[in-house]
Amino acid sequence: MKGSEAASRAPLELHAASEQKSAGKTSVVPADFLFRSLTAFFAFVVAATLVAIMGSLVLEGWPALRTFGWKFLITSTWDPVSNDFGALVFIVGTLVSSLIAMLIAVPVSFGIALFISELSPSWLRGPVSAVIELLAAIPSIIYGMWGLLVFAPWFAQIEPWMNDHLGALPGIGVLFQGPPMGIGMLTAGIVLAIMVIPFIASIMRDVFMITPATLKESAYALGSTTWEVARYVILPYTRTAVTGGIFLGLGRALGETMAVTFIIGNANNLSASLLMPGSSIASVIANEFTEATTHLYKSSLLALGLILFVITFIVLVFAKLMLLRLDNSLEGKKA
Amino acid sequence: MKPFLSRPARDPAPRAESAPQAVKLQTRNLNFYYGKFHAIKNVTLDIPQNKVTAFIGPSGCGKSTLLRMFNRMYELYPDQRAEGEIIIDGENILTNKNVSLIRAKIGMVFQKPTPFPMSIYENIAFGVRLYEKLGRAEMDERVEASLTRAGLWDEVKIKLHQSGTGLSGGQQQRLCIARGIAIKPEVLLLDEPTSALDPISTAKIEELVTELKRDYTVVIVTHNMQQAARVSDYTAYMYLGEMIEFGDTDQIFLKPNKRETEDYITGRFG
Repeated sequence: MKGSEAASRAPLELHAASEQKSAGKTSVVPADFLFRSLTAFFAFVVAATLVAIMGSLVLEGWPALRTFGWKFLITSTWDPVSNDFGALVFIVGTLVSSLIAMLIAVPVSFGIALFISELSPSWLRGPVSAVIELLAAIPSIIYGMWGLLVFAPWFAQIEPWMNDHLGALPGIGVLFQGPPMGIGMLTAGIVLAIMVIPFIASIMRDVFMITPATLKESAYALGSTTWEVARYVILPYTRTAVTGGIFLGLGRALGETMAVTFIIGNANNLSASLLMPGSSIASVIANEFTEATTHLYKSSLLALGLILFVITFIVLVFAKLMLLRLDNSLEGKKA
Repeated sequence: MKPFLSRPARDPAPRAESAPQAVKLQTRNLNFYYGKFHAIKNVTLDIPQNKVTAFIGPSGCGKSTLLRMFNRMYELYPDQRAEGEIIIDGENILTNKNVSLIRAKIGMVFQKPTPFPMSIYENIAFGVRLYEKLGRAEMDERVEASLTRAGLWDEVKIKLHQSGTGLSGGQQQRLCIARGIAIKPEVLLLDEPTSALDPISTAKIEELVTELKRDYTVVIVTHNMQQAARVSDYTAYMYLGEMIEFGDTDQIFLKPNKRETEDYITGRFG
């Protein structure tokens, strides 16, 4: 203990001594002051960067927002030739692909977390958790390639079945009609789901594990099944953190660029069908940034970026607040 | 005396109220293992119906472990294992396929109050819904009856739809007892139910326990010998996983047959 303290102190004093060029103990105080200022500076730079990025997006996107006004958000024309831009297709594409991802990822993550925390034999717990967390280590470009070259051709074989069976359903049938190309909104949603599952599942697992054993036992003692304990006791007990985890995953899905660009189809149109290709904000920016020749075109892309930034910012702040509330309530319980 | 909350078809046998010495739970050569650790050793005892039976003994003697065998709570944990027989109504609990029905028959209240994260009303209704489909009025009635029985109704009737976690510790524990009796069990297992409570709440729970034996067979684990003497009719003294002595509470506390029991009771050890 003492040794390590001395070791961590030594460079500081050396540093101070060289800087101050004065001997004796008094040099320690300015060294501490410098060190504190330096760390504070690092922290401040990050916060300032956030504000600066937001500011430059507003500044650069402003010409487009001023030219098109609110119509920028609600029109679906995206015509670089006649300099007429509207973001609706991309906003819808971003929201719909993320929504599909959430619809798939949330129940699957819940199942995974429940298996790990409640049902799996203890020797299996570690390996399963590790593998699921490793999904997050796969670079998104690899998800994109895999999605385009492996998953999409396979999925194209499934889609005719969807056309025939789901497409005939009243109401939701329209979602599953269209050409079986493999790529499109649904494919993007599925790949996004795989990408966000590790984040959602590991948060759910963590909070399920800290649900007090006596609370679970009390529910089992009434004769509940594992499902009833999970649904009516564990889930309500952890709901804020689970919501936080879901929004954290949603924040990632909304901003995901590379994988989505590969598989969403990059078509500039609105379609009720999930099998049709579309575009997301991130994918259109990635695709068109180098081609943005006119000022208004570039400004419109930056305005798109601003919209995405605002959406993900709100979602992630909400997620953080939810996760924070859990920490507070747990501390309250411990006290 | 008409039993409170008459039992549904699940138990057609009438209560043996005329024969208070009737045996409700019989254990035969019970053994229990935590992995390799032999925690309960050949325990055989008869728990009388409509009486309060207390398990006492020093920490780690296996009294809670024994209690948790009666509703197979140990099954939640993979390396815990039970051998022997626990017989209720002629059936062996340990081999019965339907663990839910066993737990419906044998309710349990834990050391720390564990209200579920839902309203007071829902805390009671939750367990009832697992077994019965009741209309709104019937459910209201059941909730009120259970809370009244647990001596909590007057304190919570104006805030039934507030969260159960907002109650005081003693109220929470009575809520847990109400939750347990709402599903009409025959046996109530209490695992050190007052160890987390203040003296006034403890006195209320103890009073409640002596009342509950009219309708239920109560088994209570306690580390507090005075409590065992106050509330129980029969007492079992356990040490290192063995049942040292079991008998009438007065006899155990006034003139125990075994030297070990006497040493523990008189505070010479433990």
